[in-house]
Amino acid sequence: MKNPISQLNKVFESRIRLGVMSILMVNESVNFNDLKQMLELTDGNLASHLTTLEEQGFIQVTKGFIGRKTNTTYTATKAGQQAFKDHLTALENMIKGVK
Amino acid sequence: MDWPKLWMKIWWNQSIYLTLKHKVLFMQENQTSLDALQDIKQMMERSSRFISLSGWSGISAGLAALAGAFIANSRMAHYIPSNQQSDYSLRGMAVNQSSYYDLLIELIAIAIGVFVIAFVTAFFFTYRRSVSKNTPIWNSVSQRMVWNALLPILVGGIVILRVLYLESYTLVAPLCLIFYGLALLNASKYTLGEIRWLGYAQIVLGLINLWNPGWGLVCWSIGFGVMHIVYGFIMWWKYERAD
Repeated sequence: MKNPISQLNKVFESRIRLGVMSILMVNESVNFNDLKQMLELTDGNLASHLTTLEEQGFIQVTKGFIGRKTNTTYTATKAGQQAFKDHLTALENMIKGVK
Repeated sequence: MDWPKLWMKIWWNQSIYLTLKHKVLFMQENQTSLDALQDIKQMMERSSRFISLSGWSGISAGLAALAGAFIANSRMAHYIPSNQQSDYSLRGMAVNQSSYYDLLIELIAIAIGVFVIAFVTAFFFTYRRSVSKNTPIWNSVSQRMVWNALLPILVGGIVILRVLYLESYTLVAPLCLIFYGLALLNASKYTLGEIRWLGYAQIVLGLINLWNPGWGLVCWSIGFGVMHIVYGFIMWWKYERAD
């Protein structure tokens, strides 16, 4: 059997990136401010983690406007959803492995 | 010196130490995965459901409804001669045309008053809870919940206006209950899920009331009064008692 630790996705080692993906799994699209509120983060901190997720191709960024204010929304991509599900399975296997 | 025995001993101790170390590491990994799963569960819930809805909101709305029903009942007794109270067509009950309109206006005023008081107090308790839980009261989650509750209520309000215009007064109470029940059911996906049971109960009560037109005020008091209080108390017991 493969070592379950090797199946864990490095990108999701960060609690913040894991949190962002969890939120995007159950919401079609979420804007920057709502993410910030739910995860209780500062702008800069959240932005850098979002960039990482975007570079991995796990989330899709849509820039728009509400009036004059920018409104950036984030959506999980197919690849991101699959990676998240695999990560969940790996976590599950690790817990089962000890029992 | 018995060298082979000593080596055996050292090797044995080493292997026990390694096994233990491996176990500790593995236990830590296990704890980390459990924590991660907890995090995921919490974020999914927090981001898709409005969880600050307070049980006190249900209790206060229920008390307002009971008070309103009591006042409405005494006003109806004031206008309607007791020998005609078995006739539920309202127009037939009132002494004459002008007192019939007076009663109608009074009842509508009471209904609006109850709605405003129930809404304001319910909002107050939920606002207080969201502040103490440090969760935002107005974000995309609560907006979704409010919109899903509001749509059936607005449609029901229009239907009831039409029913009032057609003077089918016995339909008002059951329609209030049915549309309110549908609103709760619709909103239950975006807040604490138990509220759907309150929704089902309101719908059943409304349907029963449709075929028992004389029970309007009684059903209305049970649905908006007693059931709100029971629901509020259960929710308080389940989620807020510990705070």
